[in-house]
Amino acid sequence: MLVNEFLENSAKANPEKTALICQNKRFAYNEINSMANQLSNACIGFGFDKKDRGAVYLDNSLETVVSIFGILKASGMFIVINPQVKEKKIEYILNDAQVKILITDSKHLQAIPEIFNNCPSLKKVLIIDFERAKQRNPQFPINNTNIVSFYATLEKQSAVCPIKQCIDIDLCCLIYTSGSTGNPKGVMLTHLNMVTAADSIIEYLQNTSDDIILNCLPLAFDYGLYQVLMAFKFGGTVVLEKSFVYPYQIIDLIIKEKVTGFPFVPAILALLLQLKNFEIIDFSNLRYVTNTAQALSVQHILKFRKFFPHVEFYSMYGLTECKRVAYLSPEKIDQKPNSVGKAMPNTEAYIVNEKGEKITSPDEIGELVIRGANIMKGYWNLPELTAQRLKSAFYPEEKVLYSGDLFKMDEDGDLYFISRKDDIIKTAGEMVSPKEVEDVLYELEEVVEAAVIGVDDEILGKAIKAFVVLKESSQLKENEILLHCSKCLENFMVPKSIEIRYSALPKTSTGKISKKDLVNG
Amino acid sequence: MEIKPKIKEFIINNFLMGADSANIQNDTSFLEEGVIDSTGILELVEFLQETFKIMIEDEELIPDNLDSIDKVAAFILRKQTK
Repeated sequence: MLVNEFLENSAKANPEKTALICQNKRFAYNEINSMANQLSNACIGFGFDKKDRGAVYLDNSLETVVSIFGILKASGMFIVINPQVKEKKIEYILNDAQVKILITDSKHLQAIPEIFNNCPSLKKVLIIDFERAKQRNPQFPINNTNIVSFYATLEKQSAVCPIKQCIDIDLCCLIYTSGSTGNPKGVMLTHLNMVTAADSIIEYLQNTSDDIILNCLPLAFDYGLYQVLMAFKFGGTVVLEKSFVYPYQIIDLIIKEKVTGFPFVPAILALLLQLKNFEIIDFSNLRYVTNTAQALSVQHILKFRKFFPHVEFYSMYGLTECKRVAYLSPEKIDQKPNSVGKAMPNTEAYIVNEKGEKITSPDEIGELVIRGANIMKGYWNLPELTAQRLKSAFYPEEKVLYSGDLFKMDEDGDLYFISRKDDIIKTAGEMVSPKEVEDVLYELEEVVEAAVIGVDDEILGKAIKAFVVLKESSQLKENEILLHCSKCLENFMVPKSIEIRYSALPKTSTGKISKKDLVNG
Repeated sequence: MEIKPKIKEFIINNFLMGADSANIQNDTSFLEEGVIDSTGILELVEFLQETFKIMIEDEELIPDNLDSIDKVAAFILRKQTK
């Protein structure tokens, strides 16, 4: 099975059913399927071949969903770029993946004025709000024939699905994640990887076509992306929101649309629990909630359980490299709120010590290793990094995934997350590479030393804190440093606080900045 | 008095790090332009409560009340005249 067939099968079985609710508009399966067909024919007309890459740089929207499926129907690979990503990083991604077609809107186009000069692989840019793009920026070379209107392009195309050229071991997408080296890395996933993960998750969540999922997580994030992919597979409905900025807007939608499934990250739950009248909200239609990306505080889990005992609470663990690993069966959440349970169906997870030997005794800490057909094919263009994470085991040719996360197991075999092996910081469910933030700080000429750490934060889990040593003569202010960061980094990577110093930061015996000493103040 | 400039100043200093305000008009949607994130909205509410001596209920945390300088100003006026 191919991922694009999730949509095609549901459009065939239930053409008139609402697939997507977005900004108060409802879109049926056959509408989305027709639009995606039109886009795929347009892509092929632009010279898009099998395995070519198409990227989407948009907020969560109808067009994001259509674009993902349109690129797949043209036998290509899709990349959803986080809409918060700034110019340098999007150019890095477009060049790294050699993207041929980009779909974006006028707002995001403004952020990438030199896109054709700096990204030579790019052949066409499709703009959702083409007229607005002209108004917004009269200087922009809209007469450039490679920048075209998304809707005018679709209108001219046939809505018949082009001939399939992929099989399920072909690559389906690249998902870019933060790496400890500073640059984002593209996780290569095949159709088979994604179908396997979707099947397994749908099985344990017991999804049916009656499910209505509210998703406010970005589709650039695999957790958000899979909400749409899975719902299309089981023929349900997705209420797609851009973000969780206005909590009561989301709550109203949950009630009004009779939402049955609500995936969140710890920062969202923490904000919900701060609302004064949260416990009297009518969540009677809500069947389940899920958490992943970062560990929840036990206190928050128990509070939510007390308010809404009828809602099944799925505490889960995963990583982009294989989508999902484990989930805790909801009936165990009150006894084991710290655990992420056992491997999901059709996946195996075990812990190894530093010698690579399997740990069998409870409570011993080691690295989690994953086996299954959901494991990535590697990092795009990064064979060395791939070899560190994908290692041989069991059968010839078979690779297992080293998660980079430390875990322990209890007597029942339930898993507990301990910490990451590297120094990646998890904030509001997002991964932040300290190196990436430090590199941006070092771009400022007056910065002599920079170090970035995560400090405990009630809502974010960890908040980004930067220590910056300035030249003695420097007059640089905290907000000027923050402004520079916000121009270069996604919002969640911008430090929440900056400590300016004029003397050297503490060092380890090998002369590296000692983050341990900074954490301990 | 002078509600809008005060709000604008707060938005610029806290969410745009004091950057040039050319892009922030009174009708710019905070959500559309990605000016504010979910923790930011709580900071904005705290600022409005202190500065304009009003109480904002959780149920009022919706875009109609808060999603642009114009909307925030109209919301404050409604609260103050109640």
